[in-house]
Amino acid sequence: MNENPGAESFAELKRREQITNPQSEVVHFPASEGLPLDSGAVLAPFSVAYQTYGTLNADKSNLILVCHALTGDQYVASTHPVTGKPGWWETMVGPGKPIDTDRYFVVCPNVIGGCMGSTGPSSLNPATGRAYGPDFPVITLRDMVRAQARLLDYLGVDQVLSVIGGSMGGMQVLEWAASYKDRVFSAIPIACAARHSSQNIAFHEVGRQAVMADPDWCGGLYLEEGKNPRKGLAVARMAAHITYLSDRALHTKFGRNLQDREEVTFGFDADFQVESYLRHQGMSFVDRFDANSYLYITRAMDYFDIAADHGGVLANAFAGTKTRFCLISFTSDWLFPTEESREVVHALNAVAANVSFVEIDSNKGHDAFLLHEPELFDTVRGFLGAAARQRGLAGAGGGA
Amino acid sequence: MDAPVTTPQQRSADTARVDLLLIAEMIAPGSRVLDIGCGDGALLRILADKHGVDGRGIELSQAGVNQCVAQGLSVIQGDADTDLVYYPDMAFDYAILSRTIQATRNPRHVLEQLLRIGRRVVVSFPNFGHWRVRLQLLLGGQMPHTDTLPEHWYSTPNIHLCTIKDFLALCDDMGAHVEKAVALNANGTKLVSMPLSTQNLFGEQAVFLLSR
Repeated sequence: MNENPGAESFAELKRREQITNPQSEVVHFPASEGLPLDSGAVLAPFSVAYQTYGTLNADKSNLILVCHALTGDQYVASTHPVTGKPGWWETMVGPGKPIDTDRYFVVCPNVIGGCMGSTGPSSLNPATGRAYGPDFPVITLRDMVRAQARLLDYLGVDQVLSVIGGSMGGMQVLEWAASYKDRVFSAIPIACAARHSSQNIAFHEVGRQAVMADPDWCGGLYLEEGKNPRKGLAVARMAAHITYLSDRALHTKFGRNLQDREEVTFGFDADFQVESYLRHQGMSFVDRFDANSYLYITRAMDYFDIAADHGGVLANAFAGTKTRFCLISFTSDWLFPTEESREVVHALNAVAANVSFVEIDSNKGHDAFLLHEPELFDTVRGFLGAAARQRGLAGAGGGA
Repeated sequence: MDAPVTTPQQRSADTARVDLLLIAEMIAPGSRVLDIGCGDGALLRILADKHGVDGRGIELSQAGVNQCVAQGLSVIQGDADTDLVYYPDMAFDYAILSRTIQATRNPRHVLEQLLRIGRRVVVSFPNFGHWRVRLQLLLGGQMPHTDTLPEHWYSTPNIHLCTIKDFLALCDDMGAHVEKAVALNANGTKLVSMPLSTQNLFGEQAVFLLSR
């Protein structure tokens, strides 16, 4: 297998270990309980890897489902097994945090199509005995949500107190609210939209083309070839990373500052700090993420359009909903601008749904949802507290 | 004593605004309410605490919205002039517009929308027919400054001020049924069993309950 060991860093070996043998809990659904996909294919067998925090209460009413973003994973509030870095939302999830694990039972699954233990393109294809690679069926966000619903069935929970997520996570939250109205008591979609815009599809296509243009992608069979399209995936990440920031944030952080030099070199080395930063972002991403997963998950986002699934009218998707919604957007997010959240709000108004909508003033761009934003924390804490009271949960489970 | 509408800071300064308590009295317990221009959520809190009401709010100022949601109230950022069209007919038992109508661009359109989305509509506003207002303009020759209208003409958000008589005329013109009309004097006391012209002279603010 490893004809080209030089292409593999130690981190990459650790990463591959997570595909088959993740550090987190995993539920395996046998071939007889396969997952029907929007494409018509059936994913069977399939696995969902997930992390939990806190304790499920007696009447199973305190579960909060956290949906991760495109390149996120289930390690929302625990050390990442590959990078050794803290969880991606430790500012939000933990004891005493806005999503208070002393009070709520938090579940964060890895999406199907991912590469941290849930079934994805680098998982074993039972039909061939090799990794799926390009034979993995194309999945949608609805498929991801369907798999998560199966996880909740397995956990014996009918209705979540809340489902929350940012970016692709937020899109899954909307899908949850549309597909499983009775199972979602409250929903917090952050920095997202009810459909992936043309511009966003365009950025994803650039990323995918970068991956596929790398000869080491090998038509998607790089695992068999003992290779990894590191350069292509790194370029994809670099391009995407720009869209997660704002012009202001980049300028404030780097300006036109030079990297470890007094003047430009009249060459194509990373003269500017911003170049060096992006290269680092690209290379470190490759250590923890699978190239085919990147292709499949970006595709799933591109296909996302809730209105199209409901006769072209977004409000239809939410007709009759009893879910309490809290939408959150950020002023400098140009990937998922406030207007997109507002469209969802208007659709929810049209069905007289219970909806809150907060736009937070931030210059940090799309990534603001992952960063230190006190107003975000206050909003989530306040909204969840009210939802818990409505659900008759106040004072339960160690809370005040 | 009373602060005007529009900024959450001003509204939070006076959580026990008399007109809010009066409005709350008009709301049947357990009903579904939309509070347009809800500020920092003072009325929604009163309704939730005392009346078990399913309350929602719309507020123009983002700071007000964020403050409300952080307290667990269901509030969105929005504009009474433009965002009421998104709600379905008769979506609420009560649509409330407290001290906001005088700050809208098109009060008649806003009132039409309120009567469409609410089975009943509550509107409160500062009465521009109050004797202090009249006197200041008559004798001082300047735009009036009162407790309910403390801002200068160039900075006030109140661009469509009216008197109690003016508002009644609009209701009449629109075919809105006035179920209840209460004028409050400067002390927040209800002016009862007085002729309309007297209420229009001594009422500093007014609260109307309307329906179609």
